[in-house]
Amino acid sequence: MTRLTELKSGQKARIVHMGVKGPAGQRYREMGMIRGETVEIVRIAPLGDPIEIEVKGYNLSLRKEEAELIIVEVMK
Amino acid sequence: MKEMTKVALAGNPNVGKTVIFNELTGSKQHVGNWPGVTVEKKVGKFSHKDEEIEVLDLPGTYSLSPYSIDERIARDYIIEEKPDAVVNIVDASNIERNLYLTLQLLEAGANVVVALNMMDEAQKKGMKIDVKKLSELLKTPVIPMVGIKGEGVKELKDAVYEEVKHHREHRHMSMGYGKELERGIISLEEKMEHCPALKKYRHRWLAIKILEGNAEAIEKVSEAGCDNLIKEGEKLRKQFGRKLHEDLESYFADKRYEFVDDILGVVLIKGKKLWSFSDMLDKVLTHKVFGIPIFLAMMWATFQFTFSVAVPFMDAIDLFFGWLGGAASAGITDPAIQSLVADGIIGGLGSVLIFLPNIFLLFFVLSLMEDSGYLSRAAFVMDKAMYRIGLQGKSFVPMLLGFGCNVPAIMSTRTIEDRKDRLITILVNPLMSCSARLPVYILFAGAFFLGAEGSVIFSMYLMGILLAVLMALLLRKLFFKGKPSPLIMEMPPYRIPTLKSSAIHMWEKGSMFLKKAGTTIFLGVIIIWFLSTYPGGPGSDIETSYVAAIGRWVQPIFAPLGWDWKAAIALLFGFVAKEIVVGAYGTFYGISDADEGSATLRSELHGAFTPVSAYAYMAFVLIYVPCLATIGVIKSETGSWKWTLFAVGYMMGLAYLVAFVITTVGHLLGFA
Repeated sequence: MTRLTELKSGQKARIVHMGVKGPAGQRYREMGMIRGETVEIVRIAPLGDPIEIEVKGYNLSLRKEEAELIIVEVMK
Repeated sequence: MKEMTKVALAGNPNVGKTVIFNELTGSKQHVGNWPGVTVEKKVGKFSHKDEEIEVLDLPGTYSLSPYSIDERIARDYIIEEKPDAVVNIVDASNIERNLYLTLQLLEAGANVVVALNMMDEAQKKGMKIDVKKLSELLKTPVIPMVGIKGEGVKELKDAVYEEVKHHREHRHMSMGYGKELERGIISLEEKMEHCPALKKYRHRWLAIKILEGNAEAIEKVSEAGCDNLIKEGEKLRKQFGRKLHEDLESYFADKRYEFVDDILGVVLIKGKKLWSFSDMLDKVLTHKVFGIPIFLAMMWATFQFTFSVAVPFMDAIDLFFGWLGGAASAGITDPAIQSLVADGIIGGLGSVLIFLPNIFLLFFVLSLMEDSGYLSRAAFVMDKAMYRIGLQGKSFVPMLLGFGCNVPAIMSTRTIEDRKDRLITILVNPLMSCSARLPVYILFAGAFFLGAEGSVIFSMYLMGILLAVLMALLLRKLFFKGKPSPLIMEMPPYRIPTLKSSAIHMWEKGSMFLKKAGTTIFLGVIIIWFLSTYPGGPGSDIETSYVAAIGRWVQPIFAPLGWDWKAAIALLFGFVAKEIVVGAYGTFYGISDADEGSATLRSELHGAFTPVSAYAYMAFVLIYVPCLATIGVIKSETGSWKWTLFAVGYMMGLAYLVAFVITTVGHLLGFA
C-alpha cells in the first residue's frame, strides 16, 4: 500500500483507492482523480507542501493532507 | 415584446472564456454583481444577421455539481434560467478534463454549442482532433477556435445563431450508465411525471442528481413536495451502493470519464509529450531554492509598480481637486454652500478618486499575473506558510498589497474561491499597515523616539503582521470553524497575457470601485464634513464643531490611556484617512502647513503625550479602522453590513486593548 505522498517527483502511479471523502472527494474525482487513473508527481513546493501532479493531461496541485488519503500503485 | 435571445458562456477556468466574450461582444458589455453575492456578472450583446443576442459570461466552473459560490451561480443559471443556448468553451489542449463539463451540460438538457478553443496549443502539443466526428458523437455543433487571434469567432456566431433560431430538440445526447442503473434512472423519471413542479428540469438529469445524492437537487425535489422521489432515490442508492461496492457519486464520475475516453478514442490522436516552454519556466519559478526569492521579487516589483507609478497620478488628482475646490470657493459667495461644494462634495469626490491610480495599476498587474498563470504558482509556493495561520496560498498577495493600500488589497481577494478563506483574508487585511499610516508614525516617532525612529516605526509594521496572524487564527477558531478548504488547484500552462484583456479588467475594477465603494466613501466624507463644520458653520473654530463635542464626549474612554480630547478628535478625523491625523494636529496648534516633519508640531506634542502614551497612540492608529474607503470596500466585497460592522468593531476593540496593554506595561516597567 503506497500513499500518493510517498512518491518522489517524476514517479508515476496508478490510483487504487481515492480516500478523500465528501464534497472535496467528489471534486477530486471530477477533476479526473478516479480509480485506475495514472498520475505523475511533477514537483513538490519549495516549503514541502503542496504537491503538483499531472493527471488527465493537465497539472493539479493538492496538499499532502489530502494526497495522503489517495492510495496508489507505483508504475515502473 | 419578445424577450431578448440569451446565450451563456460556460466553461472551465483558464480556457480563454473572457477573451472569447470580449471577441463576441466588443465594447458592448457591462459588469454588475449577481444578486446577493459579490460574484461578477458580465453581460454583453452582439448582433448577427437579424438577431440581437445577449451574452452572459458565467463564472468558470469545472462541474455542474458546484463546489464554490461561483460554480453555484453558473449551475443555477443554466438549470433554472435555461438560456436559449450555452456556448461551452473547451480548451482543446486539455480536452479530456474539459469534456467532463460538456457531458454534464448535455445531460442537463442545455442547448450546447461547443467552442473548441486553443486549437493552436493543441496542435503544438501534437494533438489531432477530428472536429467533425466529435460533433457527431456529441450530437452538438463544435467550432474550432483560436480565441486570442479571433479565429473562429464568425463561425461561432453562425452556430449560435443557428442554435437559437432552430432549436433542435431531438438531439439530446444521452450517455448510458449501465443497464441496472439505467433502470433506476427510468423508475425515478417515471415517478417524476407525477410531480408537475419539477417539469422545468430535464427529468433524466434530475434523476441522476438524486442518485448521486446531490444535496441541492434533493432540496429542490423536497421543495416541490415530492418526498416519495427522495425516498425512492435513497433506496436505489443503497441498493446500488451494495452491488457496485462503491459510492454512487464516484460511480457516476467514473462513468462520465469512461465515456470521455470512448469519445476521445475515436476523435483524438494524442501527441507525444513535449518539453514545453511552460515546463521550463516552472522549473525556475517554482524551484526549491529560487522559487520563494523569485516570488518575493515579483511581489516587490508589483508593489513598486502599483504604488510608485501611482504617485504622480495621485498628486495630479490631489492638485486638480485642490484647484477645483479653490475655483468653486471663488465662484460661490454663500459661505454655507461654498463650504458644502468645496470641502464636502469636491473634497469627497477627491477622496474617492485618489484611489483610482492604485486600483488601475494593481489590477493591471494582477490581471497579467492571473492570465499568464503565475498567480497559481504564487499560491503554490506560499500555500504552506499561509495554511499554518489558517489561510491559504492565495491569501498572501492581498496581505502583502495591504502594506501599500488596503483598498485595492481587499478588492484583490476575489481570486480566493472559498468564502470563509476569503472573509478571513478581508477581515485581517486592514491590520497590514498601509502607506497612509506612515506619516502618523513619522510624526510621533520623530517627536518622542529621536534616534530610534526606524526601530519604532518598524515595530509598528511587525505588530500589524503579528496581530493579523493572531486574528486570522482566532477568527478561524471562533467564526469559521474547521480548516481552510482543501486545495484543488489547477496549474494552467503559462500563457502570454493579452494587453486588451488586462486593460478591460483594469477598467472594470476601477468602475466597480467607483460605483460600489465610491458611494459609501463619498457619503462618509460628507458626514464628516458636516460634523466638523457645524453647528458653527463654515469658518468657525473647529473646537466648536460637533466633532469636537464628540471628541470631548468620548475622551473619558481614552483617559486611562493618557490622551487628551485633541487626540480623540484627531482619531475621529483619522476615520476619513489616516494622513488627516497629522493635519488635524496642525489645525489644533494653529500651525499652518504642518506635516510629519514639522519641528514646532513635534515640540507641541510633548505637552500632550509621554513616550508611553505616544507609542500606545501609534499602535491605536495602526489598528483601528484604516479609513472610510477601506470600510467601503469591505462592505462592497463582503456584501454584508454585518461583517463590515464586525470588522470596524473588532478593530476598535483590539486597538483599545493593545493601547491599554502598552500603557499598563509601560507604566509597570517604570516608563512615564
